Amino acid sequence: MEPLIKTEGLYRYYGDHCAVRNLGLELYRGEVLGLLGPNGAGKSSTLRMLAGNLAPSAGQIWLNGVDLQSDPIQAKRALGYLPENPPLYPELTVDEYLRYCARLHRISGVAVDKAVSDAKGRCGLDEVGQRLIGNLSKGYQQRVGIAQAIVHNPMVVILDEPTVGLDPVQIREIRSLICNLGRERGVILSTHILPEVQATCSRVLILHQGEQAYAASLKQDLRPAGGCFLVRLAQAPELAAIMAMPGICSAEPLAQGRYRLQTTKDLTASQLAEQLVQAGWGLEEFVPEQPGLEQIFVRITSGEPSA
Amino acid sequence: MILTIAGRELRSLFLSPLAWNLLAVMQFILAWLFLVQMENFTRLQSRLVSLENAPGLTDLIVVPLLGNVAIITLLLIPLLSMRLISEELRSGTFSLLRSAPISIYQIVLGKYLGLLAMLGVILSMGAVMALSLLAGGELDLGRLAAGLLGLGLVLAAAAAIGLYLSTLSPQPAVAAVGSYGLLLFLWLINLAAGAEGKGSALFAWIAMPTHFDRLLSGLVRSSDLIYFLLIIGLCLILSVHRLDALRTRP
Repeated sequence: MEPLIKTEGLYRYYGDHCAVRNLGLELYRGEVLGLLGPNGAGKSSTLRMLAGNLAPSAGQIWLNGVDLQSDPIQAKRALGYLPENPPLYPELTVDEYLRYCARLHRISGVAVDKAVSDAKGRCGLDEVGQRLIGNLSKGYQQRVGIAQAIVHNPMVVILDEPTVGLDPVQIREIRSLICNLGRERGVILSTHILPEVQATCSRVLILHQGEQAYAASLKQDLRPAGGCFLVRLAQAPELAAIMAMPGICSAEPLAQGRYRLQTTKDLTASQLAEQLVQAGWGLEEFVPEQPGLEQIFVRITSGEPSA
Repeated sequence: MILTIAGRELRSLFLSPLAWNLLAVMQFILAWLFLVQMENFTRLQSRLVSLENAPGLTDLIVVPLLGNVAIITLLLIPLLSMRLISEELRSGTFSLLRSAPISIYQIVLGKYLGLLAMLGVILSMGAVMALSLLAGGELDLGRLAAGLLGLGLVLAAAAAIGLYLSTLSPQPAVAAVGSYGLLLFLWLINLAAGAEGKGSALFAWIAMPTHFDRLLSGLVRSSDLIYFLLIIGLCLILSVHRLDALRTRP
């Protein structure tokens, strides 16, 4: 299957500062790729290059198989892009604005109304069609921005921090919209919110100082091997007694009768819980820890010396 | 595609009070000047009758009127053109155009046509005022047509200059100041042409009034038309290049 987005050796310099360094990524149909990184990691620069808003200093980009540098118009036909600041005209109504966007993306006269009403439906904008964009709340403006990116039904959707400024309910709606988009299309989004990546993305790519620092599929388990559990026991036993149980790699005593237990990968959560109950220590809390992405992120962005 | 962009431009212009305001102020001042010219004409009329080959309505009212339209509009064009691209660069809406499947020359032409349509409204206001004289007298319609052509070309050239300067800065005010400077320079440079010296012919050629005055006097020469078309073409090409270069050096 041909990738929807493919880049090779992408570089971007701002003067002497290198914002993106030797980035190669691929996005396939049916994927949601999350670009993760601290502020200034080069996420927005990468997305702006993919959307044809910024020329790369070196390297090549193909959108839907078309070279973005040599045939930008053809390549951009497959593209929907929401920049960091949604590109809205406050003096237009939502309907006028979306109609304008649809026409800019070469949707012909008859199909425009249908495309606009579809996009409004998907982004929950049905009731605000007649209102001026300038009078809408930030959350609604963000939704109009997303509607603008999908109004022409593009194969590739690029979203730069799509859930900024939304309330928790809206965030959930937008996340499910992104998941839906990711079924038949390719979506690439940037964020620095970790749970967002875990909730929506099928693959993650962590950028640090312009370079790809980590890439993984989120469909597979991120835990290295075995599991990590946080337990609280009413009758605090000897550490050695816990260590003596089968399948325990390490046990770390914490405050108030809590322990962090590392297990081998043969031991499932239910088996561990059963063992603890049978030992008669009075199991009060049992929390499987999902460190995965967060640990990786923190290790990459702070732990490593910046080389 | 070009028309879509031009239509949006015009729509936004008329959705804001700016366009209406400009048109109202403009119409008021023009009407005042028009009346002053009329007054002068009626005062001179008795003496004109006795003259052989006396100047008529066209000379005494229409030509000064068109000249006034040109000067007032030149003062207004930077206010209209500064928004064209500067504003979109500043607010970030330009990325909407950039990520759409359209080329930069289509964006530039669309913006330019949008502004020309607005200037067309101003031009027709002047034309209607001049034509209203037909109700009570006779006009040299050929000369009026040449004058309107000249006025149209002056406005179109000024619009192209304004468009180019608005691609240079994301600050609309900076774009406006630059446009004022360049337009005034082109309007006043022929003051130097009066001085003796080899440069004076060149200065006279660069100055807009040299070419505009000939058209106002009813003389349509292709060299004058080419002068205006050169300015328009040059500014539009420079705008395309500038916007293209912005992708590499933001």
